[in-house]
Amino acid sequence: MLAPSAEPVLTIRDLRLGFGTRRHQTEVLHGISLHVRAGEKVALVGESGSGKSVTARLAMGLLQESPRTHAIGSIRFDGIEAISGGREIARRRGNRVAMIFQDPTSALNPTFRIRGQFRDVLRSGDRSIRDDEADRRAEAALAEVSIPDPKRALDSYAFQLSGGMNQRVMIAMALANRPALLMADEPGTALDVTVQAQTLGLMHELTERRGTAVLLISHNLGVVREFADRVYVIYRGRMVEHGTTAQLFRDPRHPYTRALLAAIPKISGGGLPDLPERSPDFDQPMVVHEGCGEPAERRS
Amino acid sequence: MSAILELDRVGKTFTADGHHVVALEDVSLAFERGECHAIVGESGSGKTTLANLVLGLIPPTAGAIRFNGVPLPGERSREQRRSIQLVQQNPLSALNPRRSVGASVRLPLDVHGIGTSASRAGRVAALLEEVGLDGDYARRSPRGLSGGQRQRIAIARALACEPELIVLDEPTSALDVLVQARVLQLLHRLRVARGLTYLFITHDLAVVRAIASRVSVFQKGRLVETGPVEAIFSDPKTAYTRQLIGAVPVVTDEEARLRDAIRGGAVPMDAT
Repeated sequence: MLAPSAEPVLTIRDLRLGFGTRRHQTEVLHGISLHVRAGEKVALVGESGSGKSVTARLAMGLLQESPRTHAIGSIRFDGIEAISGGREIARRRGNRVAMIFQDPTSALNPTFRIRGQFRDVLRSGDRSIRDDEADRRAEAALAEVSIPDPKRALDSYAFQLSGGMNQRVMIAMALANRPALLMADEPGTALDVTVQAQTLGLMHELTERRGTAVLLISHNLGVVREFADRVYVIYRGRMVEHGTTAQLFRDPRHPYTRALLAAIPKISGGGLPDLPERSPDFDQPMVVHEGCGEPAERRS
Repeated sequence: MSAILELDRVGKTFTADGHHVVALEDVSLAFERGECHAIVGESGSGKTTLANLVLGLIPPTAGAIRFNGVPLPGERSREQRRSIQLVQQNPLSALNPRRSVGASVRLPLDVHGIGTSASRAGRVAALLEEVGLDGDYARRSPRGLSGGQRQRIAIARALACEPELIVLDEPTSALDVLVQARVLQLLHRLRVARGLTYLFITHDLAVVRAIASRVSVFQKGRLVETGPVEAIFSDPKTAYTRQLIGAVPVVTDEEARLRDAIRGGAVPMDAT
């Protein structure tokens, strides 16, 4: 077991999020908590509208600037409080915390070659880095994600590379500054299954080797089972189940998790069970598996 | 067995600025009446080109397409167009947002002159009921509806034409998994009740296993493997099919065993 005294890389506590004006707010997160320890691979799994992507965006400090966003609770990342966003968290983006998005081709800037974008990324970690040194590091990083001709890739625009290649470029960029935490929001969902499997394998291998913590945001339980050590299931802005990957897939306990697992078509067959799209049972209290509680509140 | 749809050495080459792109090459395939025949492949495999050819949206550059034994001409008759319908992946862009649900479902009835003008409102209500929506939906706009509800409406609109064959192009891949399960069940029930034939295009092999009876695997415009679903999943003949099944993210130990065996080239006896 990990030493309980070590503060997790990311700790979210009682996070509530509302959109709208002060008077008319729609609450989309109703008090969720999660944590990711150093080197851990944690998944946040849910369907559309569950609140999983906004949670990641809040943790990156990307939503707080909008005047229609009202977040309360606590998001501790890298020793700072990020609930209000601001410069401290912005300074850590691309550096201490990096993100990989669903569609790599649209996440890259179409008007600049990969080379310039890669230099910018490396500069956010080391402002004094020279162009030739940045290019050398970029080439090494692209070679590490098995891009056959890194020099040519650096001279390309995103639209000249395949989706799979762009995803590799994104992974290389995201990990270039050795972040403590990588957020991966539906990585590879826009790609073919064989390419998706390759990029997930690659991401797993690299983060494992470097001890990077990962928060994987996904709707795909199969991807989660393959990738994560620990899983949170989120349903309509509430956590419903939390356990290790083995606990959750061998012994799903919350009615919603059970329904999800039953509804997924299986390559081993078995047809389709008769399940409701919604049920009052899905609103039952959260199930936390043995040994998977949230860390005790920090006293300061 | 009688084939409702036959592709006989069909090819499609796109030409632009002197460049030729072969989208589909030498495909011969028969679709039996009443079956759900899945077409799987990754991007660039030619599965969408195949759908467009079957729908008559583009002409083949080689070979012939026969429907009920009759070669389909370049310019199809109204009857031929009515008999083959389409349900697309994204039901929001497939429905006119400025038209009520009822008007969208009614349009094909007007176009094809099905029923009398007076009987059509009743038909629309019956079609909505058949896909699990009550008649009140006819007055609503597709904008306020969920993805699953919109897809049901797209299915009702396809059924309005009384088709024999429906091309389903990734009909559930934009839906949440619980909604997908309901829509797949609905499609299955409708096929059995109406004796429909499905040409079901998907990239999801687990969906194939759940709903299809036959599957054809495409790669780079070529048909690489075709057969009954059980046979393809218990003993895939080509490396490409093994690779596709081997890449599926799975959720149960039973699936993982089957997949690992397929990756390794051997399949355990109890796999199916």
